[in-house]
Amino acid sequence: MAMAIRVFLILLLFLSSTNLGYSLYEDQVGLMDWHQQYIGKVKHALFHTQKTGRKRVLVSTEENVVASLDLRHGEIFWRHVLGTDDVVDGLDIALGKYVITLSSDGSILRAWNLPDGQMVWESSLQGSKASKSILYVPKNLKADKDDLILVFGKGYLHAVSGIDGEVLWKKDFAGESIEVTHIIQSADKIYVAGFFGSSKFYVYGLNADNGELLKNDHTVLPSDTFGELLSVSGDKFVVLDKIRSKIFTINIKNGEIRYKQKPISDLIKDSSGQAVILPTRLPELFALRIDSHVFIIKVTNEDDLVLVDKINNAASLSDALSISEGQHAFAFIQHESSSIHLFVKDVNDWSGDLLKESIIIDHQRGNIDKIFINNYVRTDRSYGFRALMVMEDHSLLLVQQGEIVWSREDGLASVVDVTTSELPVEKEGVSVAKVEQNLFEWLKGHVLKLKGTLMIASPEDVVAIQAMRLRSSEKSKMTRDHNGFRKLLIVLTRAGKVFALHTGDGRVVWSILLHTLRKTEVCEHPVGLNIYQWQVPHHHALDENPSILVVGRCGPSLAAPAVFSFVDAYTGKELKFLRLPHTIAQVIPLPYTDSTEQRLHLIIDINQRAYLYPRTPEAIDILQREFSNVYWYSVEADNGVVRGHALKSNCIQKVVDEYCFDFRDLWSIVFPSESEKIIATATRKSNEVVHTQAKVMTDYDVMYKYVSKNILFVANAAPKARGEIGTATPEEAWLVIYIIDTVTGRILHRMTHHGCQGPVHAVFSENWVVYHYFNLRAHRYEMSVVEVYDQSRADNKDVWKFVLGKHNLTSPMSSYYRPEITTKSQSYFFTHSVKAIEVTLTAKGITSKQLLIGTIGDQVLALDKRFLDPRRTLNPSQAEKEEGIIPLTDSLPIISQSYITHSLKVEGLRGIVTVPAKLESTSLVFAYGVDLFFTQIAPSRTYDSLTEDFSYALLLLTIVALVAAIFVTWVLSERKDLQEKWR
Amino acid sequence: MASTRSFILFLFIQFFFSFLAFSFAQSPATGSTEGYTIYGRVKIPSVGTKEYILPGKISNIKVILNGGQRVTFLRPDGYFSFHNVPAGTHLIEVAAIGYFFSPVRVDVSARHHGKIQAALTENRRGLSEFVLEPLKDEQYYEIREPFSIMSVVKSPMGLMVGFMLIVVFLMPKLMENMDPEEMRRAQEEMRSQGVPSLASLLPGAARSN
Repeated sequence: MAMAIRVFLILLLFLSSTNLGYSLYEDQVGLMDWHQQYIGKVKHALFHTQKTGRKRVLVSTEENVVASLDLRHGEIFWRHVLGTDDVVDGLDIALGKYVITLSSDGSILRAWNLPDGQMVWESSLQGSKASKSILYVPKNLKADKDDLILVFGKGYLHAVSGIDGEVLWKKDFAGESIEVTHIIQSADKIYVAGFFGSSKFYVYGLNADNGELLKNDHTVLPSDTFGELLSVSGDKFVVLDKIRSKIFTINIKNGEIRYKQKPISDLIKDSSGQAVILPTRLPELFALRIDSHVFIIKVTNEDDLVLVDKINNAASLSDALSISEGQHAFAFIQHESSSIHLFVKDVNDWSGDLLKESIIIDHQRGNIDKIFINNYVRTDRSYGFRALMVMEDHSLLLVQQGEIVWSREDGLASVVDVTTSELPVEKEGVSVAKVEQNLFEWLKGHVLKLKGTLMIASPEDVVAIQAMRLRSSEKSKMTRDHNGFRKLLIVLTRAGKVFALHTGDGRVVWSILLHTLRKTEVCEHPVGLNIYQWQVPHHHALDENPSILVVGRCGPSLAAPAVFSFVDAYTGKELKFLRLPHTIAQVIPLPYTDSTEQRLHLIIDINQRAYLYPRTPEAIDILQREFSNVYWYSVEADNGVVRGHALKSNCIQKVVDEYCFDFRDLWSIVFPSESEKIIATATRKSNEVVHTQAKVMTDYDVMYKYVSKNILFVANAAPKARGEIGTATPEEAWLVIYIIDTVTGRILHRMTHHGCQGPVHAVFSENWVVYHYFNLRAHRYEMSVVEVYDQSRADNKDVWKFVLGKHNLTSPMSSYYRPEITTKSQSYFFTHSVKAIEVTLTAKGITSKQLLIGTIGDQVLALDKRFLDPRRTLNPSQAEKEEGIIPLTDSLPIISQSYITHSLKVEGLRGIVTVPAKLESTSLVFAYGVDLFFTQIAPSRTYDSLTEDFSYALLLLTIVALVAAIFVTWVLSERKDLQEKWR
Repeated sequence: MASTRSFILFLFIQFFFSFLAFSFAQSPATGSTEGYTIYGRVKIPSVGTKEYILPGKISNIKVILNGGQRVTFLRPDGYFSFHNVPAGTHLIEVAAIGYFFSPVRVDVSARHHGKIQAALTENRRGLSEFVLEPLKDEQYYEIREPFSIMSVVKSPMGLMVGFMLIVVFLMPKLMENMDPEEMRRAQEEMRSQGVPSLASLLPGAARSN
């Protein structure tokens, strides 16, 4: 039997060692992972609702996504994520079958096939001067000119064929330095209008066939203008004068310019505020906003202005929509306390409403930012309207007949920061009924699973199994589980909205649009910065809900004042908010908590002051006790300086503030600016746990890891090689890496990689750092590992010293001891570009580590740390092989089964977050970009628990069979005994 | 900020000069021709019976220049292009779900008017024409072995069950065939040794055959 066990163990070992890392069967997709696709905040939308075929809406977004959505359900038909610098400026439909996008400041024009999103052609439009870009697809030109697309960008007007993207002709406007703002088409002529300076108005008439200049005219307006020129109809424009008191009406009939001016006060009595012309395109009309009122003004045929209507509290106006010959409709929104009113009016007939609806929208979506309308013909031949609304939180809604047909949480495409929160502890007697399911059902389920594992299941069975697995209510329960798989992912989005996502199925548990991060008069351009765990009750104070801290700033500059919001992690209610009197440069969560488990945070402002939060006397007490143990560092990448700081004393200022501290610089490292520029830094995660401090080498030698939390990795590049690949030669490129102790400022390690350049992506864990960079000589990417070992403890190997207590392991560790350090390092080639790099975290740090690499193809690859072991040699000895050292290869293997995103893509991948589960073997991984992806991975397989699809039925069957066998053999032996005795 | 402004100014000046030259020479070239164009083609064998990429459907393939500096897509015939690329050594990657492409080193020569030399970085193979093909297909899932008796027998549980069966059914048979005297001797041996071990039983069985 002992032998059998040994055989069994060897087999198990064999099985586990053959399969390095993570892999998945196809039918396990969706069991532990979820994937959500988003598009981002919509900038342009076009409806494509022909009678035949699927109804869709084409959108381009601020995440540089071009997508086609199903108008019925809001699902994505197809989607393309363009490059990060490839901002979409224009979107239109040409020839009725191509979607045309203009991007990269008017230099790239692409046509996408409408049904499937295949790119049909791409055209690069060259120019020399940065300018506004305009995409104009002329409608109803002469029949044979149906395919013309006019593009203005970089100072040139291009006429492009819609069929193949060929440039038919181009006209240079850069020489005249005219800021072209409009392209107007009339019959076979094209007019280009724009300003020179801000008062000289030019019009050029061009031949649509060849771009030949037919005529040009210009006029000088009596004063400078303010804001954009708005086209009211084919040949009429309106613009405000510089002091915003007059409106100019410009008419360019037949290429001749005439203008009129009219003071706003003549139109609108007792108007006091600043007027702005809204960029809404309405035929013969325009909209003027003064304070919160919108005035609709008509431009008559004689270029006179007539006030048509005044709308109070108008939030958003749509462009006009042509519903039939000569009939145009447009929509606007009025906000009221709890609901919004949607009006659709006929542009020519202002007396009645085509549509008036009030809709109740969750106020966590905020105000309506943009509205696009589309019409359809009802069964009674009247017109119905649907409205696509872009909300303040970047979500997208389709409203039809007063109802929200579908909504998309597209704010989640722009995640800024992520943290996690535990779920509430399960109360007694809540889910007992659920666990004690019908035994028969349970058995049936397992029999089905058994069939599945034995591959004898029929197709119906397979479907049933898959449904059963996905339905498994366990994973989406709202309580804490034993293994710690169920958590809340709390994400902050660029819109200032905080979402809590359930790790089980990715659903939104709650969401809140933080009013501190909403645009107000006090705070013009709020930016959400970071999200921290503020209160994590675990031992005492268990009755309290955990809360999180959201840190923001009133504007993009560092000098803008900071805002705090505290949000309850269970309910999603804002507990309180603070508008701080100081600025914010750095937030340092301290490793101390007060009696209610609130974490102490130090906020560093730009005036060399540190502020303590929470502002309670208890927090001061705790900080006073640990006053001399608080150290932090700051990196000034522009100046090439890294500084270490410590607290000094209370602030010296007029108003006494005992929560304010001055700090002193302990040390600073100034890198030579002519040869090095800081491009990347990395430090250890504060919540990382290291299980073993020592590492036993193959020769039974012990190496002690240099495990310090105060350790910083800095990568510097040569100034000439800071740019992109292809801009520097190997001779002028180098990369210098440093490992710095952030308490003393001591440089523990310094290394130069010649002929290498950034971008550098690095991750620091335990005593090692792994970083990814580009090697220009080999023209390949490389990944290097540096492991740091503590030499001063190296003589603690003698067992007798341990026994007699003569070791120095219990002596307090201090950064001031200057321990002797040795490092080991090694470099390997890596195939792909990298967008993000992260390492798995487990609860106790026993499980071996995997690197999670977000590749350029928006996939996440799990790579065993064993591949990045500096001790890999070409011919490992027997002992080394037993230890699991892999023979040296020049490049790191890419095993396609170890892509944790399997056949999915996390489009626009920006970051990866790992969180330890309670179960030691498992780590939770959340990858975000335009898409979101979550999974749990077990870097050394789930050695401490049975897998999800462990077949209890097989186990039961075996036991039953064994018991039966025992009985049978017992009966048989009895009988035999009896026969023996009879003999 | 100041630097960008001066840069724009520089562009202006440069433009005015170039404009003069251009109007004089009447050349069809645009104002700025500092860059070259990289043309290439991605070819995917259509025999692939992939579920996630239908043969011929290449709309989700991206071609990436210099680690994300620019991204472009494939035309229906598989061609792609990057315009306005400065001379130098660049890196092109192809991101396609289901296929493994090697990054390509592209040398754009300034001396030879944008002549392009390409080589795969994975195996350092030069490309005579710029056609990129996947090095291998990528299989993201483990394949479930179809059900067979052998796989059950080979599994640890199967081995254990098999071993048990042998002990339960085969051993008594062997015992039966044994000589009663030898049996008694064996039993005595057992008693003297205590627990019978596998090793002591097997040679006896072999001897009896």
